[in-house]
Amino acid sequence: MAESGDLFRRIRGRDGLATLALDLFSTTPNPIPCSYSGSAKRLRLGDAIPAAVVAEEDRHDLVDSLSEEILFLILDRLESEPLDKKSFSLVCRSFYAAESRHRRVLTPLRSDLLPAALARYPLASRLDLSLCPRITDTALASVSGALRSSLRSIDLSRSRGFSQVGIGNLAVNCAALVEINLSNATDLSDAAAAAIGRARNLERLWLARCKMVTDIGIGCIAVGCQKLRLLCLKWCLGISDLGVGLVAVKCKRLRSLDLSFVPITKKCLPAVLQLPHLEDLALVGCLSIDDEGLISLKQECKSLQVLDLSNCQHVSHAAFSSVLNKAPGLRQMSLAYNGLVTHSLATSLQKLSKLQCIKLDGSEITTSGLGTIANSCKSLRELSLSKCSGVTDEGLSSIVMKHKGLVKLDVTCCRNITDFSLASITSSCTSLTSLRMESCTLVSKEGLRLIGQHCHLLEALDLTDNDLDDEGLRAISGCQKLCILKIAICLKIRDEGLIHVAKSCSKLQEIDLYRSVGITDTGVVAVARGFPLLQIINLAYCTGITDDSLRSLSKCSNLETLEIRGCPQVSSLGLAAIAVGCQKLTNLDIKKCYYVNDAGILFLACFSQNLRQINLSYCSVTDVGLLALASVSCLQNMTIFHLGGLTPSGLSAALLACGGLTKVKLHSSFKPLVPKPLLEHIEARGCVFQWRDKPFQVELEPSEVWKQHSQDMHVPDL
Amino acid sequence: MDFKLRRPLEASSNASSSMMSEISRNLKPGLPFIQCDSTNICYGARQEQSFSEFPPPQVIQSRGLYAREQKTETKSQLEPSSAVNDLVMDWNPRLMLSNLSFLEQKIHQVQDIVRSIISQEGRANELAAQQQLVTADLTYIIIQLISTAGTLLPNIKNALLSATPPVGQPGVMANLPVNASQKQHEVLPMELAKASEYDELIKDLNSGGEGDELIKCLNNSVAEVSESIPIEDHDIKDYDDGLDGENLPPGSYEVLQLEKEEILAPHTHFCLICGKGFKRDANLRMHMRGHGDEYKTPAALAKPSKEASSEPAIIRRYSCPFVGCKRNKEHKKFQPLKTILCVKNHYKRSHCDKSYTCSRCKTKKFSVIADLKTHEKHCGRDKWICSCGTTFSRKDKLFGHVALFQGHAPAIHMDDAKVSGTSDHAQVGETTNGMVANMGYNFSGNASDDAQSLDIKDVDDGQGYFSPMNFDACNFGGLDEFPRSAYDVSESPFSFLSTGTCSFIPRNGEN
Repeated sequence: MAESGDLFRRIRGRDGLATLALDLFSTTPNPIPCSYSGSAKRLRLGDAIPAAVVAEEDRHDLVDSLSEEILFLILDRLESEPLDKKSFSLVCRSFYAAESRHRRVLTPLRSDLLPAALARYPLASRLDLSLCPRITDTALASVSGALRSSLRSIDLSRSRGFSQVGIGNLAVNCAALVEINLSNATDLSDAAAAAIGRARNLERLWLARCKMVTDIGIGCIAVGCQKLRLLCLKWCLGISDLGVGLVAVKCKRLRSLDLSFVPITKKCLPAVLQLPHLEDLALVGCLSIDDEGLISLKQECKSLQVLDLSNCQHVSHAAFSSVLNKAPGLRQMSLAYNGLVTHSLATSLQKLSKLQCIKLDGSEITTSGLGTIANSCKSLRELSLSKCSGVTDEGLSSIVMKHKGLVKLDVTCCRNITDFSLASITSSCTSLTSLRMESCTLVSKEGLRLIGQHCHLLEALDLTDNDLDDEGLRAISGCQKLCILKIAICLKIRDEGLIHVAKSCSKLQEIDLYRSVGITDTGVVAVARGFPLLQIINLAYCTGITDDSLRSLSKCSNLETLEIRGCPQVSSLGLAAIAVGCQKLTNLDIKKCYYVNDAGILFLACFSQNLRQINLSYCSVTDVGLLALASVSCLQNMTIFHLGGLTPSGLSAALLACGGLTKVKLHSSFKPLVPKPLLEHIEARGCVFQWRDKPFQVELEPSEVWKQHSQDMHVPDL
Repeated sequence: MDFKLRRPLEASSNASSSMMSEISRNLKPGLPFIQCDSTNICYGARQEQSFSEFPPPQVIQSRGLYAREQKTETKSQLEPSSAVNDLVMDWNPRLMLSNLSFLEQKIHQVQDIVRSIISQEGRANELAAQQQLVTADLTYIIIQLISTAGTLLPNIKNALLSATPPVGQPGVMANLPVNASQKQHEVLPMELAKASEYDELIKDLNSGGEGDELIKCLNNSVAEVSESIPIEDHDIKDYDDGLDGENLPPGSYEVLQLEKEEILAPHTHFCLICGKGFKRDANLRMHMRGHGDEYKTPAALAKPSKEASSEPAIIRRYSCPFVGCKRNKEHKKFQPLKTILCVKNHYKRSHCDKSYTCSRCKTKKFSVIADLKTHEKHCGRDKWICSCGTTFSRKDKLFGHVALFQGHAPAIHMDDAKVSGTSDHAQVGETTNGMVANMGYNFSGNASDDAQSLDIKDVDDGQGYFSPMNFDACNFGGLDEFPRSAYDVSESPFSFLSTGTCSFIPRNGEN
């Protein structure tokens, strides 16, 4: 943003406003070198601008005379395209000013951009600092000074380096602040919590993993922020019953309370359940809560709608039943990883007439239990039985026959279900939008065909590790709303099947072809053509693909995540095409692409300015490539094992140059070779090093062997 | 003294021969043996007489009492002289000796009776009569003992002398229980002089017929003593002042009221030999060892047994002498106090100045020293603080407080870290200063090189004037090795100000 501001000034100096404005709308090449704004962008921007504006483009005074309201309307339409907004702001002074006043959300890529961003956008109400690993108290002070009246929300969950001073500044100066996310601030103490307590208007507060905060700190928050509606105390290990009890006493407006993994006991529960507006309560992994505490609860919490009691291992069914009886308005309930689900527990669901969503992941469930659930709940819309043992055809069928309105079904790793279940699912629940059935190994390819034939409303489908074949894929092509398709480890699918899907499912945004080794360039080319909105593609270990695939994928301009790990035929040329074409690329995994060298990386460094995460292990990249990557200013996450040409000095230079790094995975052999003060300096910038001693793997794992292995592993479970 | 007092009393109530032998054993040590024979003979004669002539128990008793009356008179004749002596001297050993030998005679008489009981086993009638005789005799012995002991209380007596006429002053210690029993009979106002009360008691005793009742009184006083003493022995801090929640109906217990002076008396147990006072009977017993081997026997050192008397003790409660206090018996909603200890603590806490100040916080004051000690155990550990300044020793109490009051919040120990930090700095500064000073001294004394000693002086000055917290000073410990750099530093003593805690090595490198 600062960059564009500078650019704007330079433009003014050279050509004058009008010509520049015209130039930006025209299709001729930009006279100013502008790496982030291609011609395609400008064309689309032209589309977005009302025709009247474009028609009058030669009269520059008209551009200037456009009222701010109209400019705001235009900007509203550009909301989804950050690059277009950037271009818009470069049109002229008034456009620039309009854009500055229009923008509400700031997400600086680096912390050193923060001052410029704050100066340019004085009306920003939300500040997302999740890309800035290091935010100092000074930075927070400047934020509180610049956005004094407008700031409503700030996200510091991925940042470190600030203390109670900065938070106190925010809390005192920004009176409009209603939302703070301080999760993962593991070094924040009670003093910081007390500082938060000064933000009187706070409504939403996340303190997940703030392990240093104790009852005293949360007590200050409870007393200070009495308007709180949402409070997340997940993993706050320093907080006990006293603190939570005080929160429940003081913050009567609480709607949502997350107490997962907090060492609370039954003592604070009565107060919590007496909160008059409590709707969402999470008690995941509260191991100190036992049967006695739950059964002795007298309060009825009528407002409660969402209850998560997953992983409460010391609670038996009687206690669960008694809790469920206390919350008649429950809509969503999770009892995942709590052991056996039986008939008796299921009967307690009968009174919950509004229940819509049940999650029983990882439980051991009986057929009679499933039957009772089928009979007791009236309007079930979501059911998750992921990794449940004991899910049989009979039980599952009884549920899906009763609940024809089911929208989401998750039967991941229910290895006992067969075509019979699938037949009943597909015949009764035709309105399914999400079906996840990874590793249902007893379902045959004929059974899988039923999905595509009946469930045309599917938006997300996970058939990972199933017996899917091309016929099945052809059937799936009937699901035209499909957005997410996961067909990893389906060894029988070939390009033909994929072409069928590509022809019809034009809305697909995410496809997972991990280890589906039958796929070659032909399939990927079809995918690239058929799915223009594609954002995520995983082609890891599809050993058949070459640079041709990448060249075709480079046409998918929305591509954000590309995984081509273990595709040895891919080279720098393909990567260069991707770099040029897919400028939104944020996540790239090219591990074990042995032919990718510095040339490809140089292209990445030059064009993929949005790259955040990269895995370069085993590539033929040297110091030069790595150093070049430093020009990607928002690169945060690097994994670099076994780079042949990497030297300690090159690594040091690269680490020093990449200012925004937050996490680097490195081979531990480098640790003694890199100067220690340098490492300390980089760590002080907010970077975490993960030293691993991974052995060098020369051979690629043959996929067939891998598949055989995975099937062997499944056998004992059957 | 309590020990000695209680033994005979218990014995008298039980009137068993085994007890008697124990008493004789206990009392013997103080008495010379020579006199024993004569009294034995004398008493033996009297005993014969009583057996032959007065078989009915009442008669025997009255006769016995008559016989004693003469002796009481002799005693009361002695009393004034002792009181007069007290004015001059604390106590008269000669008088004491005569008293004791008299008592010794009495004890031997009792011994004889008991022996005869042993020899004449089987005759029920005679046994009953003899038991009564023994009981009466023992009661008398006790009274005598008490009065003898009373002469050994110099402190209290002097205090009391000013308020009460020194007539037959037996001392407070005797008064305390006896006085109480007095009240039971005839509710006399407490303002009556103690000495006269005591005399009347003696008269009661001598007038006969009421012996049983008297014994009962004494039993009660025994019960009371045994009730209070164990509490002291175990050092239990009874903060419950009374019997709240006990809900005794008003008539079901008797109410005693001690005087202010008695309540505030520092000691309750006194050595019969030297008069030293103690708060605990156990301490007195330990003290008694110094007065002779006879006090070192296990029996003498043993803790008095708690065996209760056979008859159920009357419930006794206490009233606070402070008029208007809820613990005062005149109060409408009178709530009695349970034990003497309760009385003492209540009176000190409620009606006395808080003269003990905590040496740590200098703010909390107490009137009961035990309270101060309890407080001092926790003083400074009140780490739970509310924003209103109230401190709590327990977290849950703080949170209860915060939950109750609007706007109060738990306070963070902000100053904790700061204070410790600054104090650390100051300390380091001081020590380094000291170090440098020492160093400078040594070098100026020993160094042959002029430049070095100069350097040190400069540094010393810089240290003293400009930056007491400078850590650089530490580095000059290695002055021998780095004379040059030391010189450099000393050239610009002002650098201390800006650099703060610059380390030594980089500067060396720059050079």
